[in-house]
Amino acid sequence: MSATPFLVLSAILFTIGCVGVLTRRNAIVVFMCVELMLNASNLALVTFSRVHGNLDGQVAAFFVMVVAAAEVVVGLAIIMTIFRTRRSASVDDASLLKY
Amino acid sequence: MGISMSPVLSEGAVPVVAPSSGDGVFSLLWLVIALPALGAAVILVLGNRRTSAWAHLLGTATVAGSFLLSLVAFFALLGRDEGDRSVGQHLYTWFEAGRFTADIGFLLDPLSALFLLLITGVGGLIHVYSIGYMAHDERRARFFAYLNLFVAAMVMLVLSDNYLGLFLGWEGVGLASYLLIGFWQHKDSAAVAAKKAFVVNRVGDMGMVLAVSLIFATFGSVSFEGVSEVAAGASEATLAVIGLLLLLAACGKSAQVPLQSWLLDAMEGPTPVSALIHAATMVTAGVYLVVRSNFIFERTELGQGAVVIVGVVTLLFGAIIGCAKDDIKKVLAASTMSQIGYMMLAAGLGVAGYAFAIFHLLTHGFFKANMFLGAGSVMHAMDDDVDMRHYGALRKALPVTFLTFAMGYLAIIGFPGFSGFWSKDKIIESAFGENLWIGLAALAGAGITAFYMTRLMIMTFLAEKRWAPDVHPHEAPKVMTVPLMVLAALSVLGGLLLLGGWITDWLAPVVGVAEHHVLPLPAIAYTLIVTATVAVGIAVAWVFVMKRDIPREAPQEVSFVTRAARADLYGDAANEALLMRPGNTMVESLITFDDHGVDGVVDGTGSAAMGMSGTFRKVQTGYVRSYALSLLSGALLVVLALLAVNLV
Repeated sequence: MSATPFLVLSAILFTIGCVGVLTRRNAIVVFMCVELMLNASNLALVTFSRVHGNLDGQVAAFFVMVVAAAEVVVGLAIIMTIFRTRRSASVDDASLLKY
Repeated sequence: MGISMSPVLSEGAVPVVAPSSGDGVFSLLWLVIALPALGAAVILVLGNRRTSAWAHLLGTATVAGSFLLSLVAFFALLGRDEGDRSVGQHLYTWFEAGRFTADIGFLLDPLSALFLLLITGVGGLIHVYSIGYMAHDERRARFFAYLNLFVAAMVMLVLSDNYLGLFLGWEGVGLASYLLIGFWQHKDSAAVAAKKAFVVNRVGDMGMVLAVSLIFATFGSVSFEGVSEVAAGASEATLAVIGLLLLLAACGKSAQVPLQSWLLDAMEGPTPVSALIHAATMVTAGVYLVVRSNFIFERTELGQGAVVIVGVVTLLFGAIIGCAKDDIKKVLAASTMSQIGYMMLAAGLGVAGYAFAIFHLLTHGFFKANMFLGAGSVMHAMDDDVDMRHYGALRKALPVTFLTFAMGYLAIIGFPGFSGFWSKDKIIESAFGENLWIGLAALAGAGITAFYMTRLMIMTFLAEKRWAPDVHPHEAPKVMTVPLMVLAALSVLGGLLLLGGWITDWLAPVVGVAEHHVLPLPAIAYTLIVTATVAVGIAVAWVFVMKRDIPREAPQEVSFVTRAARADLYGDAANEALLMRPGNTMVESLITFDDHGVDGVVDGTGSAAMGMSGTFRKVQTGYVRSYALSLLSGALLVVLALLAVNLV
């Protein structure tokens, strides 16, 4: 079975996530797009693991998952706090830290 | 007792310093320095207020103790054989660095013994006089501390057996003179004069430092003993440079042209200080240095010639200035300059003149201290007025001062029989023996000296009263007049030192034996010529000063020469034009360069960085999405770069 469809899917998912991060204002959506990119890369890692016939890629995928879980915890907490103080989840509103 | 007999000197040979080790009374030599130094330390540490009751007694007692010790040492030296009158004492090693050793040691030989007596003796009399003179000054204790310091430093200068120790005393004298000239520092003029003396002396000290360094580099030693042994081996050029540098140093301390400008301003100090500077300490140091370094000067004709020229120029320079001054102390200061010029001239003549330079130095020490203290007594009587145009007819009001001053006056002009007569006559005679023109210049100096000193006498003690209405002159107290009397007696009798050629024989082990000069004329002829010239000087003063009215205000319609002399022959103007203004211009251009050049580069770098960061900080927008975009573009760039590298 060819690896190409998996890699193409992975690329498509990554691109969707990427565009989402750059264009959407809602912090939750941006956050979900980040998750999408992480999982796209997980897919690519697992595919390559399969192609090469070893477990390196799968191990890496597990690491990414753990990091993603941790990130969710911290990220959602930050988003919650921002929302509480500003009554808004728009990332463009939180732009005080600048020149 | 280790005795190293110096060989009997032949004519014209340069003696080598070869001291024997000192014991007995000579082992107490350090006390001569330590006593006044201790006096100064005690008074300064305890402070003016706590010591004011007894500081003057302590100060005078320490110097008197030094004088007694010097006297004992002198007689002990006198009792020795002629070849063994040089005693060395190594005290301790100051510091060592490689080949270089700095020892603190003393050398008592006929030369330093005479200086010891002069410094502590005349210095002691000046201390006694100061008790009365400074009685109403609330900082008298401090004054005595400085006087003691001055004496200690000067004794260190003449007693040291090496150039480094001499330099130590040399600097100490400079410091003490600074403190004393500026003693009344609340007066701007005194503070400025002190600073000027210090700065001008620094120029001379520079010469001293270079000379000592060069001496060490050349001879590998800085002790008189070590240098005099090997001085013959050095090249003529090196010796000439050392000689000229030593002369520069001597010019600074002895106020010789071109470093003469500080001396007249130094009159801002209290009068006893002027007496101390002019008679016993400070200005004599230059002459001492030249005579002490005879083993160097004897071997460099250039150096000796320079000393003679400096001496001749200064003796005329000072004499001319003295003619135009109305400030009694400045006349005396100018005359000091002139008389030290005589000593320099004699010292430059070599073996023929060394002894006479020292002889004149001693007699000058007596009569100049006498006259300065006398001038102090006059000022005391005239409410600190120094303008001779406000004096006149003081002989009746101040009989003791008048009589003692007259002794000094007769001595300085060279009235037959008085001390100055013998010493100056000998110098002029030696000058004629060297060169007709030098002799004539010295002779002219004697005539001018007679003129301005007679002018001073007439304006101060003779003629008619020109006092301010509220002045009531009174004779000074005993504590001031007794030193005057002692010094007057010395001014009269100082010539006895020449009796039977004693002083030349006494100094021969240090400076060598003069070759017998054949003078073009018999010695008595020179004496007559000098006396006649002096008489002319007196007569001119009598006609132009005594026989005319002396206005209370100095006339302004005067000749060019008088104007020049009143302005110290433009010595200050020359310094200003040649040194101060170019210096100022240089400093100003350096400041401009610093402000615009160096600061421009530094400030430019700073503002460039500021401008750039001002531009680049706009990148920090605060929008998370723009950061994400730059992250992405960065990542894309890296990927493209990797691809490009892999494809090539």
